[in-house]
Amino acid sequence: MAEARGIGEKRFESLMGQMLRAGVILSATLVLIGGLLYLVKFGSVRPDYRIFRSEPADLRFVQPVVADAAARHARGLIQLGLLVLIATPIARVAFSVAAYLSERDWLYSAITLIVLAILLYSLTGG
Amino acid sequence: MISLLAFTLLIAAGSFLAGLLGSLTGLGGGVIIVPLLTLVFHVDIRYAIGASLVSVIATSSGAAAAYLKEGYSNIRVGMFLEVATTPGALCGAFLATRIPTAAIAIVFAAVLLYSAWTSIRAEAPVPIYGSTDAIAERLKLDGTYPGESGAIAYHVHRVPLGFGLMYVAGTLSGLLGIGSGAVKVLAMDRAMSIPFKVSTTTSNFMIGVTAAASAGIYLHRGYIDPGLSMPVMLGVLAGALLGARILPGARVRTLRLVFGVAIAAVAVEMMFQALKGRI
Repeated sequence: MAEARGIGEKRFESLMGQMLRAGVILSATLVLIGGLLYLVKFGSVRPDYRIFRSEPADLRFVQPVVADAAARHARGLIQLGLLVLIATPIARVAFSVAAYLSERDWLYSAITLIVLAILLYSLTGG
Repeated sequence: MISLLAFTLLIAAGSFLAGLLGSLTGLGGGVIIVPLLTLVFHVDIRYAIGASLVSVIATSSGAAAAYLKEGYSNIRVGMFLEVATTPGALCGAFLATRIPTAAIAIVFAAVLLYSAWTSIRAEAPVPIYGSTDAIAERLKLDGTYPGESGAIAYHVHRVPLGFGLMYVAGTLSGLLGIGSGAVKVLAMDRAMSIPFKVSTTTSNFMIGVTAAASAGIYLHRGYIDPGLSMPVMLGVLAGALLGARILPGARVRTLRLVFGVAIAAVAVEMMFQALKGRI
């Protein structure tokens, strides 16, 4: 039993690692593509970051960012890449919930569910 | 005024160096990138912490993949302590939207001073206990890590103290847009007597989740600017990956000393600028 569980945990860790790596690679690719488009398009104007103005609404929420990126807007693509990055650890926690549930480890299922709820609360509304 | 292309390349180069130094010294890129953006590039601190937080998620997730393979990270300890860091991060992010930017800068400078001190002082050995702790046992936190001749077992202690410190680490992370690895390691290594290599890799593992908890709030408040975050995130990530690769052969002790003095100076400058109302 202990042996079988050990192998299970090793596999769990390896899957989790691959998931994190895939998320970072996808995110960096989207940010890079969006970034190149952004530089080509806005090369001559530079935003002034000295004064904080907040971002326009379409770059602050999940759905409009996805719509902007689908329309191949440069800033939307970068923002989508950043959303993928934020979603990567969240997906890691969701995966852990599933893994602990399948192991019938109720204590850690509950612990990871609490963390997942907090993360989703922040991402969807705050 | 320099062009957008030059500005972006300069930010990317600075972020690359921040990621490299952050990874070699173990302090993370966030504590360097925020002062760099605010003091050198005169970026508003809210945009700076937004971009920094995003880069923190990238380095944590990128490095965690490699660390998980080595088998040092204690996933249970990480998951359990995330129950403390994520509400702390929410609290920090809400605070960041309410308190004046000068106050954020002063807290930041204090954290920089603390980081400088941990960087300069010699590492005292962590007390290792042979006995077990009732709460740690109940939560199944004890673990093993790979040693030269097989797995070495360790026992986790003082769970409530570590949990409380982790809430503070989460709040600082959400307030300042940093990973607060220094406080996380303090909680695990000093308070919970977890072996150093286990506490550093587990801290890195938790940083991504902690940062993701405040990133949602930063996004809705418009702190995350794509044009600025793009060179910061790509630069820090590339620097941190290179740092992890050259770390085994690097003379870290000297680097930490020099770096500790440098960030102490940056902390003083940041406090000075904040008190003069320029941040």
